[in-house]
Amino acid sequence: MLSAVELTLFRGERCLFKGLNFALNPGELLLLEGRNGSGKTSLVRALAGLIELESGEIFWDGESVRTHRQAFHAALVWMAHRVGLKADLTLVENLKFEAHLRTQSGEDFDEVLKRLDIDRLKRLPLRALSAGQQRRVALARMLMSRVPLWLMDEPFTNLDREGRTLVMELATEHLERGGMCIMAAHQDVEIGGNVQKIVLQ
Amino acid sequence: MTDHDESLGTFSGMFGIIRRDLLLAWKRPGDVMNPLFFFAMVAALFPLAVGPSPEQLQFIGPTVLWVAALLAMLLSLNSMFLSDFEDGSLDQMLVSPLPLSALALGKATVHWLTSGLPLVLVSPVVAITFQMPFSVTGFLMLTLLFGTISLSLLGSVGAALTVGLHRGTALLSLLILPLAMPVLIFGARTVSLVASGDGVAGGLYFLGAYAVLVLSFAPFATAAALRISNE
Repeated sequence: MLSAVELTLFRGERCLFKGLNFALNPGELLLLEGRNGSGKTSLVRALAGLIELESGEIFWDGESVRTHRQAFHAALVWMAHRVGLKADLTLVENLKFEAHLRTQSGEDFDEVLKRLDIDRLKRLPLRALSAGQQRRVALARMLMSRVPLWLMDEPFTNLDREGRTLVMELATEHLERGGMCIMAAHQDVEIGGNVQKIVLQ
Repeated sequence: MTDHDESLGTFSGMFGIIRRDLLLAWKRPGDVMNPLFFFAMVAALFPLAVGPSPEQLQFIGPTVLWVAALLAMLLSLNSMFLSDFEDGSLDQMLVSPLPLSALALGKATVHWLTSGLPLVLVSPVVAITFQMPFSVTGFLMLTLLFGTISLSLLGSVGAALTVGLHRGTALLSLLILPLAMPVLIFGARTVSLVASGDGVAGGLYFLGAYAVLVLSFAPFATAAALRISNE
């Protein structure tokens, strides 16, 4: 379970959010909404521990993530705005590297690729893939790692209609399995289950 | 600290990085060749400018080779974390449950394997242009071996500190040079001493000890620097 207490973050002079509280239980989705530049990405980065918060504390399973960084990072996977994959390497080589960084779910690799409709692209270097296809590879990384918490920053960017539906399906399945998901999005999201919303001004 | 994560060892990420980055270097050989080419060019042009006198060439040889090696290493440092920073891989490494210092050590290892080791290997060939005797060449390689290890590790700290800055190359050199000075001084002087037939054990011990010292703190400093500069 993830909880955040009195989070405050400034970027330069601007206060992005102040005194933000939430708690996320297994099976719940937290939707972050707000205009461009309202601080959705910053909040996700802060939750991932990449930005130092002005004040406030994040707890994972009751332990502060400041002192238990590794346990927290072992529990999350983050689909960032930039895919974080190497353009010169093939899909398989990229995902093989990911297997060194995170515990794997043991799901069948080929099944995952087939489900994401990228199984034909295995041998191509990533730079030959379209932006949407690269996002699908990032999704494959999420599916291949066995973690309870998904952080998704604008997961629908560059994806076609089928892709967007697929992301919602995958997130729904993840929640049904007792996973948690934090999603920053400005599209309408149709995901079943327990949804909380935070609107950043 | 891998108690919650049986399948991943502490060094799993390090080996992963080494494998991946060597593969990348293999696919883009230009990045490896550039510093090497620079080293060979500088070292090959000097004898042409200085003139063919063997005494003079033998006298300046160690100095020129060492300065060229140091500059070649500096040249390649900037790119150590740059592509990872730009494509978001660095973010992904920072949220990995593995100790970041092990990943940083992996990056420095790859840098040494692709920039330092090639310099060590081509140095005997380049040394021929300075009419360096074979007995001296062996010591040149040995000092470069220890020296480039130190430089790659020191460089990883500087590269991590300047990764968020655009065009941080000048700043990076400025940060690294003071710490790299002992390596240059002892490296070049040791080879000169061999050439003049003096004892060299002291210089080699120093270079070895310096490499071990840097190895013991650089990965941790690099990890801390990456967390700061990637905000």
